Amino acid sequence: MGHPDEAAATIKDASQRYRSGVLKYAQMGYWEPDYVPAETDVIALFRITPQDGVDPVEAAAAVAGESSTATWTVVWTDRLTACERYRAKAYRVDPVPGSSEQWFAYIAYDLDLFEPGSIANLSASIIGNVFGFKPLKALRLEDMRIPVAYVKTFDGPATGIVVERERLDKFGRPLLGATVKPKLGLSGKNYGRVVYEALMGGLDFTKDDENINSQPFMHWRDRFLYCMEAVNRAQAATGEIKGTYLNVTAGTMEDMYERAEFARELGSNIVMIDLVIGYTAIQSMAKWARRNDMILHLHRAGHGTYTRQKSHGVSFRVIAKWMRLAGVDHIHAGTVVGKLEGDPNTVQGFYDILREDHNPVDLKRGVFFEQHWASLRKVMPVASGGIHAGQMHQLLHYLGEDCVLQFGGGTIGHPMGIAAGATANRVALEAMVLARNEGRDLWNEGPEILKDAARHCPPLKAALDVWGEVTFDYASTDTPDYLPTPTPA
Amino acid sequence: MRLTQGTFSFLPDLSDAQIRAQVDYCLGKGWAVSVEYTTDPHPRNTYWEMYGMPLFDLRDAAGVMDVIDSCRQAYPEAYVKVNAFDASHGWESLRLSFLVNRPANEPGFHLVRSEEKGRNLRYTTMSYAVTGARS
Repeated sequence: MGHPDEAAATIKDASQRYRSGVLKYAQMGYWEPDYVPAETDVIALFRITPQDGVDPVEAAAAVAGESSTATWTVVWTDRLTACERYRAKAYRVDPVPGSSEQWFAYIAYDLDLFEPGSIANLSASIIGNVFGFKPLKALRLEDMRIPVAYVKTFDGPATGIVVERERLDKFGRPLLGATVKPKLGLSGKNYGRVVYEALMGGLDFTKDDENINSQPFMHWRDRFLYCMEAVNRAQAATGEIKGTYLNVTAGTMEDMYERAEFARELGSNIVMIDLVIGYTAIQSMAKWARRNDMILHLHRAGHGTYTRQKSHGVSFRVIAKWMRLAGVDHIHAGTVVGKLEGDPNTVQGFYDILREDHNPVDLKRGVFFEQHWASLRKVMPVASGGIHAGQMHQLLHYLGEDCVLQFGGGTIGHPMGIAAGATANRVALEAMVLARNEGRDLWNEGPEILKDAARHCPPLKAALDVWGEVTFDYASTDTPDYLPTPTPA
Repeated sequence: MRLTQGTFSFLPDLSDAQIRAQVDYCLGKGWAVSVEYTTDPHPRNTYWEMYGMPLFDLRDAAGVMDVIDSCRQAYPEAYVKVNAFDASHGWESLRLSFLVNRPANEPGFHLVRSEEKGRNLRYTTMSYAVTGARS
């Protein structure tokens, strides 16, 4: 727990407290070890690495100060405000297990500090100037408790998992997708061919990649027109609702709206944006999606620059919370078994945040706060990156059925063609869900279930022959502090 | 064509034992099973005919199998599906939905394109089962 000492005590005498000069942040009132957070407080948990010689309590108080009302010196104008209320309060500092230089600092913020329904405003405080603050070597925002009073100021997902399933008429299994490859260079006509083959072969969705916008080899209108031909052809060929995430990311909001409106006119049921467009643009597109009955897919392009390293940045669990508030329907949240970073417990923590109405504290999964979502709609997590049919039992085991499994290379790279690749994935998935529901032990019997399914499905047999042994077995960097676990093969 | 709506349409048609195992799974979760049928499986035909009410109070798979059989016998040339409804807060929708009967001949769909300015197309999917045989 904390280390209150003389130097860290708040100065109560106002004439001393507001005399011009420099005080420690703890003396200014940003450290309150007895503070009990109100139900309406926003709470943030930071991992702080103070510079050598900086007391962790003073460092925590400094983070509270710099992320709320403080500046480096005393200002008398504080006395024109209800400043005690507006000061963020560091109230608990714990050593990080297994570390001698890192500390977990709990900081509470009064609800009045934040504009209703604005991730931009929330993040400007919580991850604003404070991340460059010199007395800290490094700083990471690990988790946040968003009070229900603040949750209710956000619209949340336009569609959500349940309504998306109803609209697509697909229940009881993960949805299947694929990102068109190569991600750059295809003409619109050739691109649409990949979409048609993959959807006709059995996928529910195909997807533009994050950096497919409007380039010399393929302008966006061309892509949209050919893709919608492919979607409609595949729908008529199978009798199933199909979709393709048309990426409307562009240089300006005006361009994004123009593209989204064209997608709507063509009858697309889903559009896509990238995380790099920024929180305000994401919220604008979420409002647009709500007005237009559109599913909104978010690719988390760029997140790895600040989520991956444990010492500094923002945990993806915080980004997941912000994006649920902001109102996206899909978000990439890790695969556990694929080619990209993803410790199993940590990734399951992200999925819980996106899909549950209530998150209990679960330190094993890196969830530090109880969170009530007040019936805010659920976000469909998307697992994408280096996954294939041979891992189907592991994917279903780790990720459950309310997610999108995206097999890009694992569909398009199939030796018998794209449609066969799609069929292999769909058969593997349906066989695995059937077996799970029959009460079979997927973890141990998975490979056998796949082999049995492959007997009536040559494309699945071919997929297992080519990729069955492919694994990405590297240690994860973003792991829980309270129970380190290895990344499985 | 083979209609691929429903959770298990890419697998060989389920045997009665397999159907029963899925029904057992749904009943075990406390979901209400219902049976629906149609001759027009248009992808946006949301409301198939209900073969009776959802079986809210039936906790025995044998009873559900009787209802499925009865529907299949009454409409052997229709698509028949089994739905499982979860009424718990925050879901209040289907959890599983799979076909248990399909007609011997599945006529499929015809895609109608109407051409508009700017190379735009408007698409309409027509069920051959409704418009008549494939031309």
